[in-house]
Amino acid sequence: MNETLYDVIVVGGGPAGLAAALEAAKEGAGKVLILERNNELGGILNQCIHNGFGLQFFKEELTGPEYASRFIDKLADAGVEVMLGAMVLDVSADKTVHAMSREHGYMQLRAKSVVLNMGCRERTRGAIAIPGDRPAGVFTAGAAQLYMNIEGYMVGKRVVILGSGDIGLIMARRMTLEGAKVLACVELMPYSNGLNRNIVQCLNDYDIPLYLSHTIVDIKGDKRVEQVVVAKVDEKRNPIPGTEITFDCDTVLLSVGLIPENELSRQAGVEIDRRTNGPVVYENMETSIPGVFASGNVVHVHDLVDFVTQESQRAGRAAALYAKNGEPQGPCIAVENGSAVTYTVPQKIRTENVDKFVEIFFRVNFVYTNMVIQISSGGEVLARFKREHMAPGEMEKVAFPKALFPKIRDGKITVSVVKEEDAE
Amino acid sequence: MTELICIVCPKGCHLKVDEENGFSVTGNSCPHGAEYGRKELTNPTRVITSTVCVEGGTLRRASVKTSSDIPKGKIFEAMRLLDNVTIPAPVAIGDVVVKDILGLGVDFIATKNVPKL
Repeated sequence: MNETLYDVIVVGGGPAGLAAALEAAKEGAGKVLILERNNELGGILNQCIHNGFGLQFFKEELTGPEYASRFIDKLADAGVEVMLGAMVLDVSADKTVHAMSREHGYMQLRAKSVVLNMGCRERTRGAIAIPGDRPAGVFTAGAAQLYMNIEGYMVGKRVVILGSGDIGLIMARRMTLEGAKVLACVELMPYSNGLNRNIVQCLNDYDIPLYLSHTIVDIKGDKRVEQVVVAKVDEKRNPIPGTEITFDCDTVLLSVGLIPENELSRQAGVEIDRRTNGPVVYENMETSIPGVFASGNVVHVHDLVDFVTQESQRAGRAAALYAKNGEPQGPCIAVENGSAVTYTVPQKIRTENVDKFVEIFFRVNFVYTNMVIQISSGGEVLARFKREHMAPGEMEKVAFPKALFPKIRDGKITVSVVKEEDAE
Repeated sequence: MTELICIVCPKGCHLKVDEENGFSVTGNSCPHGAEYGRKELTNPTRVITSTVCVEGGTLRRASVKTSSDIPKGKIFEAMRLLDNVTIPAPVAIGDVVVKDILGLGVDFIATKNVPKL
């Protein structure tokens, strides 16, 4: 039995775990361990071979593997221990981590603090219940990306993509470059869920049509996908009869959303937010269990890895401080979402833990122009932030100054988004 | 006047490019946007990424990118240069995989470290 007491154990060696571990070590945590179930570090970045990562964080444009290597290369110098091929089975509230690996067998590892960085998982065909046959040739976009970019297999020749999430858009371009014909990208909503730049450089560049307010109503095929039937949907997202278009294709890629992977968090008893499907977190990314932190896509799905890195650095720093000093105390305010806002992270703020301002991340429920973000408390608007353009596919962020904390009533603030003319 | 969405960073600024006034750009929030707007209407370019086969490595493929952006019209021609490329492990980020693509003075370089098996 490994009797080592780690300062910080990081569950998951993707971008979030790498940043959290390095930052924990930098903050003075002496023994930091990353447990990663794959045989290499880097997580999803390894298969994201396209460029565009790191513009915010490194001020240069990197591919996924390059972005990951910037962190991986620093681990040894930082003294961070890594176990690959190590599957975490359970994290208990007393911060014992149960894990298995081929090399070490079953392990019980103890830590002063734990950072949960398990990332997220793709929604599948089952989760969205597409009618039709069950032939081969239906992949989630990320699975297709793994087959193509890591294993080197071409997954199809004529492709229809359902959903306009970024991975789907990236795969539309990738498959086109490798010689496939991408016939259509079909999106249920009247707007795309992907970043604008990906619509431009992945679809428009290659003349791939984007069908907004459309969905797949039938998949036909015996052994392999042969045809896909697409129809327009009404405002209630019900297919409109008579609008069907049939595509002859052999492949369907699904890019229909990501779900934070919180089995371990739930097992541990961490409070989960129904809006994000991730842990409820404080300003320092601590969950409802003292000393258990979480960051990255396991908390809420991010658009940009750069933001995952920044959030995870906060988690790593806080985990190191917890290992050193224990739980921060003091009053706490709750962050609630008002009109047009679907969730906020963090959900709770310990006021004494905030330096000059606290960053609040959130998403809106529709595409808007000329809006004002309002932070209010007890019926009074405390802060306003203008935005020309907002969309559900683009995470928003405001910095709420500590100087305004004394104005907070009843221990809670509300983040809402209103039209400029309706702003108070 | 042409309207574009800037692809330089994820912000995706809505640009307006005035072809009649020396391709002056408005709506950009940084100098990169101005450069992109002008280039997009005069000589649009892209960085291309793909993978090549690796022999004797811990992984079967290594990812590659063009060391700089190349003209949009050359993308498929450039991709074909990678079709039968196999490189031996170890591969280090920055290794030149295909030199001087189509005489453009741009290389395909590795973006992944692949150790020897």
